[in-house]
Order: sequence, then C-alpha cells, then structure tokens
Amino acid sequence: MSDFITQYPLLAALLALVSLGLGFGALLGFAAVRFRTEGNPIVEQINEILPQTQCGQCGYPGCRPYAEAIANTDEAINKCPPGGEAGIQALADLLDVEAIPLDEEHGEEKAKAVAYIREAECIGCTKCIQACPVDAILGAAKQMHTVITSECTGCDLCVEPCPVDCIDMISEQASLRSWQWTLPDPVSREVTIIATDATNPEERAA
Amino acid sequence: MLADYSILLIGAILVNNFVLVQFLGLCPFMGVSNKLETAMGMSMATTFVLTLASAASYLTYNFLLAPLGLEYLRTISFILVIAVVVQFTEMVVRKSSPLLHKVLGVYLPLITTNCAVLGVALLNINKEHNFLQSLFYGFGAALGFSLVLVLFAAMRERLAVADVPVPFRGAAIGMITAGLMSLAFMGFAGLV
Repeated sequence: MSDFITQYPLLAALLALVSLGLGFGALLGFAAVRFRTEGNPIVEQINEILPQTQCGQCGYPGCRPYAEAIANTDEAINKCPPGGEAGIQALADLLDVEAIPLDEEHGEEKAKAVAYIREAECIGCTKCIQACPVDAILGAAKQMHTVITSECTGCDLCVEPCPVDCIDMISEQASLRSWQWTLPDPVSREVTIIATDATNPEERAA
Repeated sequence: MLADYSILLIGAILVNNFVLVQFLGLCPFMGVSNKLETAMGMSMATTFVLTLASAASYLTYNFLLAPLGLEYLRTISFILVIAVVVQFTEMVVRKSSPLLHKVLGVYLPLITTNCAVLGVALLNINKEHNFLQSLFYGFGAALGFSLVLVLFAAMRERLAVADVPVPFRGAAIGMITAGLMSLAFMGFAGLV
C-alpha cells in the first residue's frame, strides 16, 4: 500500500478522492431512497401562515385548499380577510412577490373575535353546529348550544344560519396568553427626533 | 480534565469568537440577522451541523488522509465531508422529525457555504485536537456563533424601527453595530 503511494502519489490522491466521493455519493443515494418524503413543503408553509379560520371567505372550502391553490395555480394572495394585511405581507415575503392590498370582494379585515351564543334565546335547531367548520359548537337537537371558546376561530359562519339571531361575535380581550410586547411604532418616530434641519413645524413632524 | 474542556469551550465561545474575533461566517451573520426568529433557526441549525461536521472531518483526516499521507488534500476533502453531512442531516431530519425540519429546514442547505464550518475543521487539525476536543471546539464555536447572531438580530430588529440618519440606514448601520460588537468581544481577550 505505502509502496503504491510513494510510487504514484498523484494516482493515490486521485483514487482517495474519487473513492471518498463515491462513498459519500452512495451514502446520499441510499439516504434519498431510504428517507424519501412526499408532499410539497411550500404548501405547508403557506398553510402555516393562513389563519386557519376555515371560514371559506377566499372562495375555497378551507385554508389548506387555498394554500394549495396559491402554491400550484398562481392564485392571488389577497383573498384572506382574517389574515389581513399582516398575512398578505407574510405570504408576499414567503413567495417573494409584491404585497397587494386585500381584495374587497372577499370581505374586510376585522379584529379577531369569538362567537358567543345567548343561551336563553337558543332554540336548539343545530343549524350553527352544521355550519361550524371546526366543530367548536357543542349541543344537540332541542338542546341549548354553546361555543367552545378555545376552539372557535371567529369565522362568522354560524351567525348567518341562526334563525333567532342569538349569536354574537365578541372581540377577543388581550389575555396573559395572547399578550405580546409591542415594538416601537415606526409612525410615531417623529417624537424621538431631538434635532432637525427643518424650520417649520409640519416638516419637523415628517 | 473538566477544566481543560471548559476552558476550550469558553475560549471558542467568547475569547476566540468565530464571528466577531476571527471574522469567519460573516455572510450568515449579516444575511439572516434581520429577524430574531430566523436568527434562532439559523443558530440551532448551525450548532447541529458544526458539531457533527467537526467530528466527521476529524474522522476523515485521521483515518483516511493521514494514514495515506494525503494531508494536503484536507481542504477539498473537508468541503466534501461538510456538504455530505449537511445534505444527509437534512434528509434524515426531514423524514424523522417534521417539527425539527420546520425549525431548521431552510437553513440547513445554507450552512454548507458557512466558512466557519470549514474553519473549525481546519483549525482542529492545526491545533492537533483529539476527537473529544474537536467535538467541544466545534460545539463551542457554534455556541459563540449562535450567541452573537441572536444578540445581533435582536439589535437589528430595534434598529429597523429606530430613527437612524438617512446615510446610515440599512446595511451601513448594521456594519457599524457589528463593528462595535466586535470591539466589545475583543475585550474578552486574556479571559482564559
């Protein structure tokens, strides 16, 4: 072995590198077969950004079908009112496209809310239960219904079918669980300016 | 024994910090530090790969290159080893843990081009570390990288909304901040 190396150093180096490459190539080839996975990861990422309200305001039966449509058929990214401007911005960042304003046709952005059933007025018709895409309403025929607050996505779909209009959408209060530290607001920046060249007050504020 | 390894670790994290003192791995340092979230993901992925790659390149050097007298091939072999380790890890993680893949996924392939990884592998050989020392040195380097990356990302998130004079906005203030951080880390010299 050592004779061969001292006699043909170039050949030995070539052999070592080629065998190293072949070995690693075989390892990767084996791994590619052994650890094969299905699924389009971009769909998962888009689905992750969508608010999972399953409200259908985009015209698709749920968030995942909309995510698939965005990934596969170049569907516009501005059809999700619950996601709002922040959602569109996140999608635009992910897909590297221009952020466009929310499509008015599909509804407007509202603060996140949960459904609340005024239980005294509920007649137990089960229509809201059938409408709920995430099974967040509990109840049976001729029995009072109620909403599981932690499951409700605030999609509004139960409000329309209720024959006695006893469902209210109540906007969510900040709780210990949902509270977040707010970053300094870029709009109120002018407050922090100490010195400026501008002489009149309007320019100073800009 | 324990003291030796902790000195090695602290030395790699603070005193000879790979980014701010040895200036390796600057591209991810400037590139993925815009958001704290991505910085965290990158840090975790780098820690994982750096530790693994320093072990793998140690084995390649001592059991393949050194016995054959081919030490001069170490740079190209290490590049090969690192690329394979990263790719292999990505495949295994994607299959075995979708959650981990979600956290590390996009950053894993990026690490192949992180020069800190190659730097650690080559420095391990230069400093004649044994296997365990190589492992610790790689891990320490990764921890140091993570530390400064997360610190820097946190600062840049604040800088993005701060009132910076126009000529300094964007990358310029980032560079200045990095320089000041580097100055601060130079202060650790002589700690161990």
